[in-house]
Amino acid sequence: MNTLAQGMSDGNRILTIALFMVMVLITIGITIQGGRKTRTATDFHSGGRGFSAMQNGFAVAGDYVSAASFLGIAGTIALYGYDGFLYSIGFLVAWVVALLLVAESLRNSGRFTVADALSYRMKQRPVRTAASIATLSISIFYLLAQMVGTGALVTLLLGIKEGETFLGMDAGAAKVVGILVTGLLMVSYVALGGMKGTTWVQIFQACVKIGLAFVLTILVLAEYNFNLSALLGDAAAASGQGASFLEPGLRYGTEVAGDSLQTLWNKLDLISLGLALVLGTAGLPHVLIRFYTTPDGKTARKSVNWAIGLIGVFYLFTLVLGFGAAAMVGKEAIVAENPAGNSAAPQLSQVIGENIAGSTGGAIMLALIASAAFAAILSVVAGLIIACSSSLAHDLYNGVFKHGKATGHQEVVFAKFAAIGVGAVAVVLAIFAQDLNVAFLVALAFAVAASANLPTLLFSLFWKRFNTAGAVAGIYGGLISSIALVVFSPTVSGAPTSLLGEGVDFAWFPLSNPGLVSIPFGLICAVVGTLMSSESNPQRFASMQVRALTGAGAERAGGH
Amino acid sequence: MTTNPEADSPPPEVSEAEIAAMHDDPRFIELKRTLFRFTVPVLLAALAWYLVYVLLSAYARDFMGIVLFGHINLGLILGLSQFVVTFWITIAYSRFTARKFDNQSAELREDIMNGGKR
Repeated sequence: MNTLAQGMSDGNRILTIALFMVMVLITIGITIQGGRKTRTATDFHSGGRGFSAMQNGFAVAGDYVSAASFLGIAGTIALYGYDGFLYSIGFLVAWVVALLLVAESLRNSGRFTVADALSYRMKQRPVRTAASIATLSISIFYLLAQMVGTGALVTLLLGIKEGETFLGMDAGAAKVVGILVTGLLMVSYVALGGMKGTTWVQIFQACVKIGLAFVLTILVLAEYNFNLSALLGDAAAASGQGASFLEPGLRYGTEVAGDSLQTLWNKLDLISLGLALVLGTAGLPHVLIRFYTTPDGKTARKSVNWAIGLIGVFYLFTLVLGFGAAAMVGKEAIVAENPAGNSAAPQLSQVIGENIAGSTGGAIMLALIASAAFAAILSVVAGLIIACSSSLAHDLYNGVFKHGKATGHQEVVFAKFAAIGVGAVAVVLAIFAQDLNVAFLVALAFAVAASANLPTLLFSLFWKRFNTAGAVAGIYGGLISSIALVVFSPTVSGAPTSLLGEGVDFAWFPLSNPGLVSIPFGLICAVVGTLMSSESNPQRFASMQVRALTGAGAERAGGH
Repeated sequence: MTTNPEADSPPPEVSEAEIAAMHDDPRFIELKRTLFRFTVPVLLAALAWYLVYVLLSAYARDFMGIVLFGHINLGLILGLSQFVVTFWITIAYSRFTARKFDNQSAELREDIMNGGKR
């Protein structure tokens, strides 16, 4: 049995911090390099639209593969087996929607933000306001989940236990420092480097995290002579669950003996989660705005090919890492370190390193995987900050308050301050929420994206009759219903695992995941809103569809 | 990557009306039909297969637990099949667009930018 604390002498912590510092220095260097060439609004919001399909594909992977995927899915697999795998499948299949319907059309019909495409044939101000509120809600939920995770991760990866101190910090102080450092870095990436700097940071960090996950996967498989079946067998045996560890049902859609109603809710909850995952990705603003960084629609679409390859392969790695951790680290040791299982991949890397080169090897591997996890956090939060600041500057400040009359320079200056503002808000919220279990916020972000953004985006691209009232109703309907259902779900009150504990109970919605209800509700709001308004603009629809499919009149890259 | 201060200038001169006019062009209608005939069925099939997989995971656990060989069960294989389907769709769509979409779409774009079919 191995715990991180045993392997974490001060020397090892210094190694982890040194590697982290190297990574920070490289990324800051990249950012400053990118920032020097950032002059116009196109540079700031869309990185000058000069990125190739491969570059953007790597950046999308850097943007998308969060610490939740890296540590969370591996941890869920390590503790619950098969059900963790189920999660990653939703994250991957979702890209088919982005590939077939969204990437190219969005690139061709918008400029900087999701609202550009949504409001193209609508009244600008109401639709931009709604789209911007949706973008900010989704991004801030997601950001908060990542930031709180960061605090926990820092103490975990530095191996600071309750009662211990390192450099004079106890676990609580280290958490706050972790959140502050992350906040400072993400704001610097965005404010100094704009989208160009952020994109290169994401490309670099995608290479770091996917590369290290690959190395660790090969090392785990090598322990089993590349026999996956033997690895699964060992994992099942070590889990104490036997064959059911390799079957669905330990984590999601669990069957409660003697309570058929709760069993039904649990299963519907699983389906609800599955729907939000598969339909949410193509509505996530921080992912969608990445498509604007390519020179044209065709390149945007091809960058999705790269992203699907990288993300798919990465989730296959997490499958091996999760089962590897179950087999080689063991559930007991993982839970002792972190009840949610987030420490599974780092602990696994330590065991593997020790098998190869003793305790030094363990320390080096652990430090490497820790820096990969930091890379995952930093590249995702930077993407979220730029999505927020672009939407605040381009949609709210320029589109709504200045009626589109602000200059590009004014917009960029506003965006930089917006990045600092959003970063500060996120840091403060994360510090307040640091001891809450905020993992549900990721699922909520996906549910809002699937309920508010995706239906309206698809209608605006493909439904001629769709209009301002429909877009506004669809966005607010999807957004409010997702949030309200979560507030009145067992996630927030009424269950032992609730945010407010078991004592407070105002939960009447039985599912933790709102998607099953909120996605159809958002859709119906969009349809009803449309039909209740007589507004219709066939010519704008015609020109939007021609633009979406041919790229005629689309925003060009710089340098022509 | 090069950038110049003109990057923010409006897109090339072409009016909304000129772009919209292409919408009723038989070639555009054909392009749209060709594209949707590929994307819509493929997307629906992929989502349906994913939904079947989620439903099987929720309601057919004994079925998912059938061991095929060693410790590899049907659930794992069906899960991996989702990866295969996603990768396959990506490759198939690339081939489709290269054969039947990109050139046709570029031709229409050139037409619009050069002032229609005049």
